[in-house]
Amino acid sequence: MSATEDHVAGRPAIDRPAAALATASRVAPPPRHLLFWLAAAGLGAALVVGLRMIGNEYGYFAGYFILQYIVLASAWNILGGYAGYVNFGAAGFMAAGAYTAIALRKATGLDLLPGIVAAAAVAGLLGLGTGYLTLRLRGVFFSIATLCLAVVLQTLVVNWDYVGGSRGAYIVRPREVPPFVSYGEYMFVVMLVLAILAVGISRTVELTRLGRGLQAIRDNERAAEAMGVPTLRLKLIATTLCGALMGVAGAPLPYYSGYLNPEAAFSLAYAVNAIAMPLIGGAGSWLGPVIGAVLLGGLQQAATVTISSALNLWIVGWMLVIFVAVAPRGILGWFRKRT
Amino acid sequence: MSDADVLLRAEGVGKRFGGFVALQGVDITLRAGERLGLIGPNGSGKSTFVNCISGDFAQHDGRVTLGGAALNGLKPHRRARLGLARTFQLPQPFNSLSVLENVRVPLLFSGQSGSATARAMHCLEQVELAAKAEKLPRELTQVEQRRLELARAIALDPQLLIADEAMAGLSHAEIDQILLLLRRLNAAGTAVIMIEHIMRAVTEFAERLVVFVAGRKIADGEPRAVLSMPEVEGAYLGKQ
Ligand SMILES: Nc1ncnc2c1ncn2[C@@H]1O[C@H](COP(=O)(O)OP(=O)(O)O)[C@@H](O)[C@H]1O
Ligand SMILES: [Mg+2]
Repeated sequence: MSATEDHVAGRPAIDRPAAALATASRVAPPPRHLLFWLAAAGLGAALVVGLRMIGNEYGYFAGYFILQYIVLASAWNILGGYAGYVNFGAAGFMAAGAYTAIALRKATGLDLLPGIVAAAAVAGLLGLGTGYLTLRLRGVFFSIATLCLAVVLQTLVVNWDYVGGSRGAYIVRPREVPPFVSYGEYMFVVMLVLAILAVGISRTVELTRLGRGLQAIRDNERAAEAMGVPTLRLKLIATTLCGALMGVAGAPLPYYSGYLNPEAAFSLAYAVNAIAMPLIGGAGSWLGPVIGAVLLGGLQQAATVTISSALNLWIVGWMLVIFVAVAPRGILGWFRKRT
Repeated sequence: MSDADVLLRAEGVGKRFGGFVALQGVDITLRAGERLGLIGPNGSGKSTFVNCISGDFAQHDGRVTLGGAALNGLKPHRRARLGLARTFQLPQPFNSLSVLENVRVPLLFSGQSGSATARAMHCLEQVELAAKAEKLPRELTQVEQRRLELARAIALDPQLLIADEAMAGLSHAEIDQILLLLRRLNAAGTAVIMIEHIMRAVTEFAERLVVFVAGRKIADGEPRAVLSMPEVEGAYLGKQ
C-alpha cells in the first residue's frame, strides 16, 4: 500500500454513528433560508428607498433592465449551470412570456400580474415540451431544439395578427399606479419581486436534492442513473422551471415599454446575455448569475447611456473572451480558487 | 432452488452490437446473499452482462427478474431502488462533487429515512474514506476511487452488488481491503457478483463460479470443480 494511505490494510472499519454525525455537521452547515429571505427583502427595500430618494426615472429604468437579466440568468442557470444542458433559446421563452401577457390582456382585459402567472404556465409548458421531445437524446439535441424553438416561435408571432404581427402590439400604460410614485417605480418593484423569487427558487433548487441530482447528471449521467437518480424526470423539472422563469422575465416587457414587436421580444441580446451572465458570474451557483447580471447589465447600461446600445453585444462578446481566458469558472470560481 | 430463495433470475440474456454477438443465451440464477464469481477472458461479455442486468442497455434479449420483480424495460434508477447496485469497471465519480456529496446522491434519491449526510459519513467510515469526505474525487488515489465507488454502492443498501473488476490494478494489500469490504457487505445479507481476473480474490471470495467465453456461459458450479474442468482450463486459464 502506498505511503499516502491513512489507514492500515485489513483493519476493520468501526461503526461510529456519533463520530459520523459530528463530522457531518462540520462538513455541511445547515442552509440559512430565513437569513436569505430576510437579506433579500432588506436589500430590495433598501433599493426602493434609495431610488426614491434619488428620484430619477432613469434609475428605475436601469434597475429594471438589470433585474430582468437577474431573472433570465438565474433561469438559464438552473438548467445550464446545475445540469449542464445549454439553452440557446432564452429569447424564445422570454418572448413567449411577453406575448402571453399581451394575448391575455387582449382576450380578457386581465392585467400584468395575471399575465405573469399565465406567462409562467405557457413558457413552462414550452420548456417541458422541448425537454420531453429531446432529452431522451443527447444534450446537444436539446440545445439545438431550443434554438429552433425560438426561430419557430418568432415566425408564428410575426404572422399572428391578433397580437399585432410584425407591426407589434401596444399596451396603454396607466400614468399612476398608487401607491407607487411613478409607473417606472411600479415596474421596477414588480421586477424586483420577480428577481428575488427567481433567485430564491434557483437557490432552493441548488440546496435541495433536485440540485444535487442535476449536478450529478452534469458530472456523469450514467453514474447518476445507476445511483438511483431519476435523470429524465429531474431534467424535465429543470427545463420546465427554466422555461417558466424565462417567461416570467418576459411578461412585464410589453407593460414596461408600452409597445412590443417581435424583433424586440426575440432580441438576440436576451439569448446571449442569458448564457454570458451565468458564465461570467460563475455558473453552477445561484449567486453567479446575479453577479454576472449586475456586472454585464450595468456595463451595458453604462455603454447605452454614454455611447450607444449598439455596442452591447460587442461588450458581452469581449467580456466572454476575457473571462474564458482569465477566469473560465467565472468570478465566483476565480475567488474560490484563491481562498 | 425454490422460488422464494431466488434473488436474481436471468434467462436467455443476450446482446448484439450491430452484427456482433457480444452475449448469447446466458442463464444465471442467484440466491439471496450468495457470493458468485464471474470470470472469463477480456471481451467475453462480462461487462455487457452487467449492463443488461443494470439497465444500461435498454434493449437486450432475455428476461431478468430481481426478487420476483421483472426488470426488463426499467430504467437503471428504478433497478437501483429495487436493490441493485453496480460499480463501474472504470470508476465514474461525480467529479465536481466532494467525496461526501458523491455518497449523498444515492441516499437522497433512495427514499431512505434519516439524515443523508450522517448516513453518507457512515458509508464512508465503512470504506475508511471518512477523513477524505471533503476532498474531490480527483484528489483520491486509485484504490480510494475504487472504495468511493463501493461506498456509493453500499449507500444504496443493495440486495445485490455487482462489482465489475473492482480490484484491477491494485496491490496485494489493497485487494485484501476490498475483499474485506465485500465480505462484510455480504455478511450483512447482500448478494455479490464479483467480476475479477485476480484468481486469488475470486477463489477466496466466491462460493460459486460462472465462466464466460465468447459471450456464452460455459461453466457454472462449485469453484474448484469449475476450475478443474478441461474446457475452462483451455479457454481461460491457459491464456493467463
Ligand atoms: N457499447 C458497445 N458497442 C459495441 N461493442 C461493444 C460495446 N460494449 C462491449 N462491446 C463488445 O462486446 C464484447 C464484450 O465486451 P465486454 O462485455 O466489455 O467484455 P468483458 O467485460 O468480458 O471484458 C467485446 O468484444 C466488446 O468490444
Ligand atoms: Mg469488462
